[in-house]
Amino acid sequence: TPALADKLGLGRPALPEEIAAWDLDVRPDGTGLPDGSGDVWTGEEVFADYCAVCHGDFAEGIDNWPKLAGGANTLDHDDPLKTVGSYWPYLSTTWDYVNRSMPFGAAQTLSADDVYAIVAYILYSNDLVDDDFVLSKDTFFDVEMPNADGFIIDDRDSAEAHFWTETPCMEACKDSVEVTMRAMVLDVTPDETAAAED
Amino acid sequence: MTDKTKDPGTSRRQFLGGALAAGGAVAGASMARGATPDPLITEVQEWASGLGDGVDATPYGLPIQYESDVIRRNVEWLTADTISSINFTPIHALDGTITPQGCAFERHHSGAIELRKEDYRLMINGLVDTPLVFTYADLERFPREQRTFFLECAANTGMEWAGAQLNGAQFTHGMIHNMEYTGVSLRTLLNEAGIQPEGTWLYVEGADASSNGRSIPMEKALDDCMIAFKANGEALRKEHGYPVRLIVPGWEGNMWVKWLRRMEVADAPVESREETSKYTDTLADGTSRKWTWVMDAKSVVTSPSPQSPITHGPGPLVITGLAWSGRGAITRVDVSRDGGVTWETARLAEDGKPMALTRFYLDVDWQGEEMLLQSRAMDSTGYVQPTKAQLREVRGLNSIYHNNCIQTWHVNANGEAENVEVS
Repeated sequence: TPALADKLGLGRPALPEEIAAWDLDVRPDGTGLPDGSGDVWTGEEVFADYCAVCHGDFAEGIDNWPKLAGGANTLDHDDPLKTVGSYWPYLSTTWDYVNRSMPFGAAQTLSADDVYAIVAYILYSNDLVDDDFVLSKDTFFDVEMPNADGFIIDDRDSAEAHFWTETPCMEACKDSVEVTMRAMVLDVTPDETAAAED
Repeated sequence: MTDKTKDPGTSRRQFLGGALAAGGAVAGASMARGATPDPLITEVQEWASGLGDGVDATPYGLPIQYESDVIRRNVEWLTADTISSINFTPIHALDGTITPQGCAFERHHSGAIELRKEDYRLMINGLVDTPLVFTYADLERFPREQRTFFLECAANTGMEWAGAQLNGAQFTHGMIHNMEYTGVSLRTLLNEAGIQPEGTWLYVEGADASSNGRSIPMEKALDDCMIAFKANGEALRKEHGYPVRLIVPGWEGNMWVKWLRRMEVADAPVESREETSKYTDTLADGTSRKWTWVMDAKSVVTSPSPQSPITHGPGPLVITGLAWSGRGAITRVDVSRDGGVTWETARLAEDGKPMALTRFYLDVDWQGEEMLLQSRAMDSTGYVQPTKAQLREVRGLNSIYHNNCIQTWHVNANGEAENVEVS
């Protein structure tokens, strides 16, 4: 790798207004949260207007669209339901993602108050706050995210150290081989001719 | 969405199956002296007498019509819509290592956006001496690098965690492409802004509505990450991030942010949606791994495979496939024809390059015996691609991402192949 060279003098300084327009991310410690607030019942109205068509009136999800509520204590089940309430570790992520990328197809159209209200309603839908809750910078850390401690940093180097075997088996590696599962039984692969005509 | 009522007699696989007997007979006959002269030789063909297309017929060409099945395909039931969705590279039909851009897979979270070079801006801000804005033209004036890397979606093979599900290498392993990129190193770009000492993370995001923001440790960013504006010699395709995308060698495809618009130097990760809700890997006990960035060593036999059956009858058979590792170069690929009881070391078409696709071949004499075909990759760190059972033992069934298990194809006496699991 070459040593850092002198600057080339390309680009120009970013203006404060430009940084403010694009730097919207909100961190787990609340950095980036704007002023504003929203309560659960306002959130229910805004959610009904902008979100419920995909995510359901109670954030329970419609068809294949993401479920935002439910699934408490299912993470060790065969088919875990991973929602804001059951899975997401930080409330900041919900605020940040709704603010920047929702509603799907009309992102960045919500006011800060709308986002606070929607997030308050999602929390209420997950039974994490009471119906009189008002979300703002001041109450942001009153909310306990149930799965906040549910994550570990990638540990493959230790947990999967036995995959670095160097000398894999080449002969007589098993006594017998049986077919235990077949994709044709499920028959969910798209028909190729039909796919080509789409 | 899945049409389970379709008449199986109309599927291409069934058609190929029905044609196999005749194909075998032709192949067998070809070994003997021809009974009658071949009219394709004895009669003057139109193309040997008339004229082909002029050089002005095709300013930018597409593959010949007879290759029309070598295309990206999607699986409708996988996602709620086609905008935040995935499609698959036809790896069963390709050879070598470079993926043609036109059929290289796509994964969008809010669709493939159209962003002109004139409208493009890249911002660097946060813990830097001078926050900067670059135009596209500025970026072309930085010293360039050229590197070839695979991009594998973290979810590649993810539908196969619980069992054999999709019947074809395109669907089980096709969330991958491999391109030769030209661009500028992040080291060079970030140096222009001046990274402050406490800047240990880099948050990167795209210009699209999903933004796809991800946090990257500064050590990786300064090691080998780059932005690219050319792939396989030409501008990026719209669906691959035109005009500028991020290249994160060896790491999960989600981090290769397309339509890159901002890089923020920070002292902590953002813990964005794409690194908390998504791209975290849930284990059997309900805890989840985060920041599983590297894609482990992996391989797949691309032919024979369910979409690429043996149609030529007994005799010489080329078994071929792809191997890759995010941890380094592929050093060896072993192939088993009996479901992993015995293994033979395949031939690498070229020495493995770090974090790039490697092509392997095994030339065999096939006499119509059933096969349980597997491939097993090894990389320069000594990592050996595990079986699905080995992965499940550590991770359970709900990881969704990072399934790099050994794949098995059952090849029957007719040469047809099926996705199976074996004991």
